[in-house]
Amino acid sequence: MEKIHPPKFYWKNCAWLMALLAFTWGLGYVDFGFFNLVVALFISFAKMLLIVLFFMHIKGSSRLLHLAAFAGLLWLFLMLALTFADYASR
Amino acid sequence: MSAFPSIVAEQFDDIEQQHDAAKLGMWIFLATEVLFFGGLFLAYAVYRFLYPAAFAAASRHTEVILGGANTAVLLFSSTLMALAVRASQLGRRAHLFWLLIATALLGILFMGIKGLEYHKDFVDHLVPGASFHWGEANAHAAEMFFWLYFAMTGLHAIHVTIGIFLLLSLALLTRRGQFENGNYMTIEVAGLYWHFVDIVWVFLFPLLYLAGHR
Repeated sequence: MEKIHPPKFYWKNCAWLMALLAFTWGLGYVDFGFFNLVVALFISFAKMLLIVLFFMHIKGSSRLLHLAAFAGLLWLFLMLALTFADYASR
Repeated sequence: MSAFPSIVAEQFDDIEQQHDAAKLGMWIFLATEVLFFGGLFLAYAVYRFLYPAAFAAASRHTEVILGGANTAVLLFSSTLMALAVRASQLGRRAHLFWLLIATALLGILFMGIKGLEYHKDFVDHLVPGASFHWGEANAHAAEMFFWLYFAMTGLHAIHVTIGIFLLLSLALLTRRGQFENGNYMTIEVAGLYWHFVDIVWVFLFPLLYLAGHR
């Protein structure tokens, strides 16, 4: 049987997600040039981690699931990296 | 295990192993979904790299208020979905039923807002094709942005729609007592799907709506 968390656990995560959303949204109204994209992606990544770790229970699940979850990201990264190795060096 | 022999399928040793198999299957499916959406994210990245100014300009024409509100709707629905999984772990049938319904309703709200947005885009001649009209520079690159905008949000919307039907079906099955006696894996696995769809939107929002500062 898996660990059952109290509702507070999920609401706390929800509050963090909403705070990060407000931050991204606000970021849309200031101009940091290229850093807008960097910070926005960084925040999206943080939100993804909060959802994956706590809502999807990757924290506390088996190594096999960690591997499966990580594999999807790794292949996406490879696809982007190899494509940009071409486009960015033309 | 012996107390509830019916919920463990023949090929599994015990309920634990069956749960692990179900979750692994879903995570593998989600990894393929990452690549499915990944193709569109890749296309977006390449075109934004090639036409940064046109993408920033086109992004300013999207409805940031509606897009942002929709992000909040999905994040909130994910929270309710996580609570639904918890209710199913605890075997609280009524709780589970209403949380599934509430999550589905937020999904429907998301689709409603999305529809409103699509309508505005249509009226503003932002839909690529014969009726596309662009008064600024780089019309072709801007049209490419809107191709990607509709393809990415469209594919996402299809996923949300599937999720809504999934949640409503599960709510119906909950009513019939399908998920009793620790048989909550179906709910947990459906939850994984719903959270994944949420994550896709978490990336779509800044990329499509906030590419150019306002």
